[in-house]
Amino acid sequence: MPTSPSDPSSQEPSVPGPVVPGPAGLGRALPGSADCGPAVPDLAVVGAGPAGLAAAVTAARLGLRVALLDAGERPGGQFYRRPAPGLGAVRPESLHHGWAAFAAREAALRTHESAGRITYFPAHHVWTVVPDGGRWTLHAVAGPEERSVSVGARAVLLATGAYERQLPFPGWTLPGVVGAGGAQAMLKGGLVLPGKRVVVAGSGPLLLAVAGSLAAAGAAVPAVVEAASYTAYAGRLPDLLRNPGKLAEGATYGGALLRHGVRLLTRHAVTEAHGRDRVEAVTVARLGGDWRPLPGTGRRIPCDALAVGHGLVPQLELATALGCATRSGEDGTVALELDAGQRTSVPGIWSAGETGGIGGAQLALAEGELAAFSVAGRPAPAALVRRRSRLRAFAGAMAAAHRPGEGWTGWLREDTDVCRCEEVPAGRILEATRDLGARDARTVKLLTRAGMGWCQGRMCGPAVAALAGETSSAAGAAPDRRPLSCPVPLRHLAELPQHTD
Amino acid sequence: MSRPTGDRSPRDLVGGAPRERYALRFDGRELTAESGQSIAAVLWSAGILAWRTTRDGGAPRGAFCGIGSCYDCLVTVNGRPNQRACLVPARAGDTVTTQEGTGRADLAV
Repeated sequence: MPTSPSDPSSQEPSVPGPVVPGPAGLGRALPGSADCGPAVPDLAVVGAGPAGLAAAVTAARLGLRVALLDAGERPGGQFYRRPAPGLGAVRPESLHHGWAAFAAREAALRTHESAGRITYFPAHHVWTVVPDGGRWTLHAVAGPEERSVSVGARAVLLATGAYERQLPFPGWTLPGVVGAGGAQAMLKGGLVLPGKRVVVAGSGPLLLAVAGSLAAAGAAVPAVVEAASYTAYAGRLPDLLRNPGKLAEGATYGGALLRHGVRLLTRHAVTEAHGRDRVEAVTVARLGGDWRPLPGTGRRIPCDALAVGHGLVPQLELATALGCATRSGEDGTVALELDAGQRTSVPGIWSAGETGGIGGAQLALAEGELAAFSVAGRPAPAALVRRRSRLRAFAGAMAAAHRPGEGWTGWLREDTDVCRCEEVPAGRILEATRDLGARDARTVKLLTRAGMGWCQGRMCGPAVAALAGETSSAAGAAPDRRPLSCPVPLRHLAELPQHTD
Repeated sequence: MSRPTGDRSPRDLVGGAPRERYALRFDGRELTAESGQSIAAVLWSAGILAWRTTRDGGAPRGAFCGIGSCYDCLVTVNGRPNQRACLVPARAGDTVTTQEGTGRADLAV
């Protein structure tokens, strides 16, 4: 993500503050909020990635008192993940694009924090948000000791980001097969690589960034294996041409790959990972237009690790538990339905960034700022509104190009584990759909335990939904429902006040 | 095909040096940790990719999502099972052991 002094994302907008929230924002959304004591923040932001961080500092600049809760130890989320201070990295920005945009906002966070305008809660994983007499209470699990913490607020902004979409294939549970985003996170955060020779595969623009980082950090990357065809972008040329910055970003990645001698294979997929105790090679095959592997096209590439991912999935647990309306995105994922002011369908709950549809960090920064203006009841700067709409259009083009084709199930075998946690093979899931009539992921889960393990279906959910025929139905996939967004000690549940509604 | 690139490392990219290096034990083997690394990062830098076996198949597993979502990297740290190795910071003197199944063999009846 190239930034320059003229790039609005690289600087905090200068807004005179403080202001009183106007009729379009907080005041209207929560008529009962006048009863709140002075200690209750105006806005609780969940997530300190690009969207949440931008929202928090903009809201504070606009005069709101903000609580910023984040599961991570440091702000930045997954995109701006960096080595822990103990690692003593002096150039963390060399692992990132668009570091200046983050650095400016992190500095603003520290300033607002010391002025008492933002209370920042790192290592706080919010597991539920509940209405509480005209305001909201957020319950979190804090720190490694899993303390129970509650924070009240008059309005809530959910900036919970995304996690990686995985599609299973034979051998994907072998050690050394890691998420593409996971390899990136381990590199950015821990300065480590999964192997010396790493194939990067799946679909989506993240693959190019990951391959570039791995190669720059010293891994040999024999190939980037992309299931989609980049010519699929051609149908959306106007959206691409409105985004020269994003095209330059793509060219930067492309240039980095060329420099490291990495080959990009489009319309190909890793259809099997081989090895006994760890991955030793992968089979790469050509795909038809619907991602069905073409027989006889497989060839083996030796490697000691595979970084794989098929785009990102919005992380919506908190939002769907609140009843926020969702929509099906062009990439086949479920995202929140948001209005021009980043409001969800539930009054008092806003959202920004990947939760409204996967679109990347620049879009998340813009939407976080827009949401802050909206919560404060202030008109958003026209340039910011235009920027958001331009980046959303680009995101739509990308989403459509990388939507998994239905033929991907052609590389599964009966004995391929689909659910990693509960070790449920594809054969059992097909039995549930073919013989027992399951038509959705929830029914498959009840019949087979797929999605019932520790990860609560985050890894296998998209695959199970596809195998159950959900993603090809007119209604699209149903949003995942997870009443708790992370494992919570039972004692915390026991301590919750009783509700009698 | 990519050129062999044994001359670069993640550390070369970001420069600097860890505040401390210290020892921890994994299944009786001594490993060196850099301060600030997660347990998974320490294991990866020693070339170790698996530190758990599954409940049913007894299959080896390690870090997968790298961000605490998949729970594949569960490991026993200082006797406490089901810790996510990708999130838990490595500390001097930690004893890390491969977690077999639920890691709760002590509760078996």
